[in-house]
Amino acid sequence: MNWRAILAIYKFEMARTGRTLGQSIVSPVISTVLYFVVFGSAIGSRITEIDGVSYGSFIVPGLIMLSILTQSIANASFGIYFPRFVGTIFEVLSAPVSFLEIVIGYVGAAATKSMLVGSIILATAGFFVPLQIAHPFWMALFLVLTAVTFSLFGFIIGIWADNFEKLQIIPLLVITPLVFLGGSFYSISMLPPFWQTVSLFNPVVYLISGFRWSFYEIADVSLAVSLGMITFFLAACLTLVWWIFRTGYQLKS
Amino acid sequence: MRPIISIKDLSKTYKGGFTALKDINLEIEQGEIFGLLGPNGAGKTTLISIICGIVNPGQGSVTVDGFDIIRDYRETRSRIGLVPQELTTDTFETVWHTVSYTRGLFGKPASPGHIEKVLKALSLWDKKDSTIMTLSGGMKRRVLIAKALSHEPEILFLDEPTAGVDVELRQDMWNIVRELRSSGVTIILTTHYIEEAEQMADRIGVINNGEIIVVEEKKELMRKLGIKRLTLDLQTSLKKIPAALKKHKLDLSDDGKHLVYTYDTMAERTGITALLNDLGKSGIKFKDIHTKQSSLEEIFVTLVKRSS
Ligand SMILES: Nc1ncnc2c1ncn2[C@@H]1O[C@H](COP(=O)(O)OP(=O)(O)OP(=O)(O)O)[C@@H](O)[C@H]1O
Ligand SMILES: [Mg+2]
Repeated sequence: MNWRAILAIYKFEMARTGRTLGQSIVSPVISTVLYFVVFGSAIGSRITEIDGVSYGSFIVPGLIMLSILTQSIANASFGIYFPRFVGTIFEVLSAPVSFLEIVIGYVGAAATKSMLVGSIILATAGFFVPLQIAHPFWMALFLVLTAVTFSLFGFIIGIWADNFEKLQIIPLLVITPLVFLGGSFYSISMLPPFWQTVSLFNPVVYLISGFRWSFYEIADVSLAVSLGMITFFLAACLTLVWWIFRTGYQLKS
Repeated sequence: MRPIISIKDLSKTYKGGFTALKDINLEIEQGEIFGLLGPNGAGKTTLISIICGIVNPGQGSVTVDGFDIIRDYRETRSRIGLVPQELTTDTFETVWHTVSYTRGLFGKPASPGHIEKVLKALSLWDKKDSTIMTLSGGMKRRVLIAKALSHEPEILFLDEPTAGVDVELRQDMWNIVRELRSSGVTIILTTHYIEEAEQMADRIGVINNGEIIVVEEKKELMRKLGIKRLTLDLQTSLKKIPAALKKHKLDLSDDGKHLVYTYDTMAERTGITALLNDLGKSGIKFKDIHTKQSSLEEIFVTLVKRSS
């Protein structure tokens, strides 16, 4: 392992975050607070409790997942797209680094950053509503797995995209709807039976359900299924990334 | 001398179907300065990019210091520094960070001392904390050179390093190249300024349409392919070349004051004696006489024309 190279990429990416601290950290926090105020107070005044948890507290895990997902994808996709776009990627390709090392560097940095944002949101939420984390270990595990998986997914998008539109389109057209329909702001059991079934095809449901369980021990699907799903996504993304580097897809002509 | 880079039957066809390299066979010797010359689109950058791992090779194989560039890519790439043709630098990083980053990427432990030395040699020391976007084009070129040297490579590729570079940087750069060479670094450079190759290179390779046309010691190449010109400054100008001198390959200058004789340095007889005899018989007197050897540039142009 070329650990120095991993560290170099990781530090380089984290420095980029540091330079754009405003947009990297402050803006997701502000938008989450807005969600919180709008959804929490507007809907919270009608739905007071879900499964014995106050509505404000209920949405916290979903909100964190929402930003982990969007942040992971945005950070990782931009992180690898930008050097491709300006051409500095040549340096990484000509360096004695393996694909695994490149991925660990870029994806590790993107995941770190989104977990940081997630933690800040959690802390921010603590000011508004009472929070309880029943299973901190599981919560951390879900946080890490989700951040890593979706950073990998973002990395793939950043390699696949050959223009800025493509870079935006997947998060906008796929991820955001899935997250909103994934039970961030409601429990799946509140839906009519038909839509409950449809929801089960939404991968994000499993993430949010498992994550919420680690807070309040309430879940739409069982913990094992949640874990199984996230592991499955992780494996799928890893396979795709492995294939990309084997073939040089979009990286080498 | 042993070859440090050995290229065997290397071909490359890009996705669109364009064949940029055809059956390249080339050996670069340890410690030499190799000048790779060729017109635009000849395949120079493609060849370099394959050796460095940026472009996938097609058929054939390349070894660096005995290691295969695909199988043992860590071994080969860690030995190579590349200054690319395009000015591709980070934008928001500082000079110091971007150069240190490259060193880390190549797996070398941090060495502020070495980076300081490199930046000073390239007159970048006072810019070390500036962000790259505030630098001029020539300075960005220096940054790219500094990055390539940051990890102390044994082999340095310079792809058009002097494009858009002022005289001072060119001097700086050639001083560095000479210094590197004397410390044993092998240098492969492409350039469109052929007088540079003429000055710097030990050996020259000419590539055209993806094929290596010639690889030769520079001196040998110039001796073999060089033609010489003998110019006679006449005492009285001529209107035309006298009939008695027709059998010699002579040209008369427009003002009729100079006769130019072109001959092949490799030929057994240069024909100079016969020419001078005939000149005497015809009563043509001259004030001065001088010879000039053709430059690498002229040789290059001839070679490329001949091959295409
Ligand atoms: N990624 C690519 N896809 C398709 N064709 C390419 C690609 N890169 C280069 N080529 C083609 O391959 C040929 C060789 O290009 P290359 O860049 O190696 O030339 P070069 O000798 O470096 O030229 P120059 O002196 O202009 O830098 C050119 O015809 C170019 O159009
Ligand atoms: Mg080129």
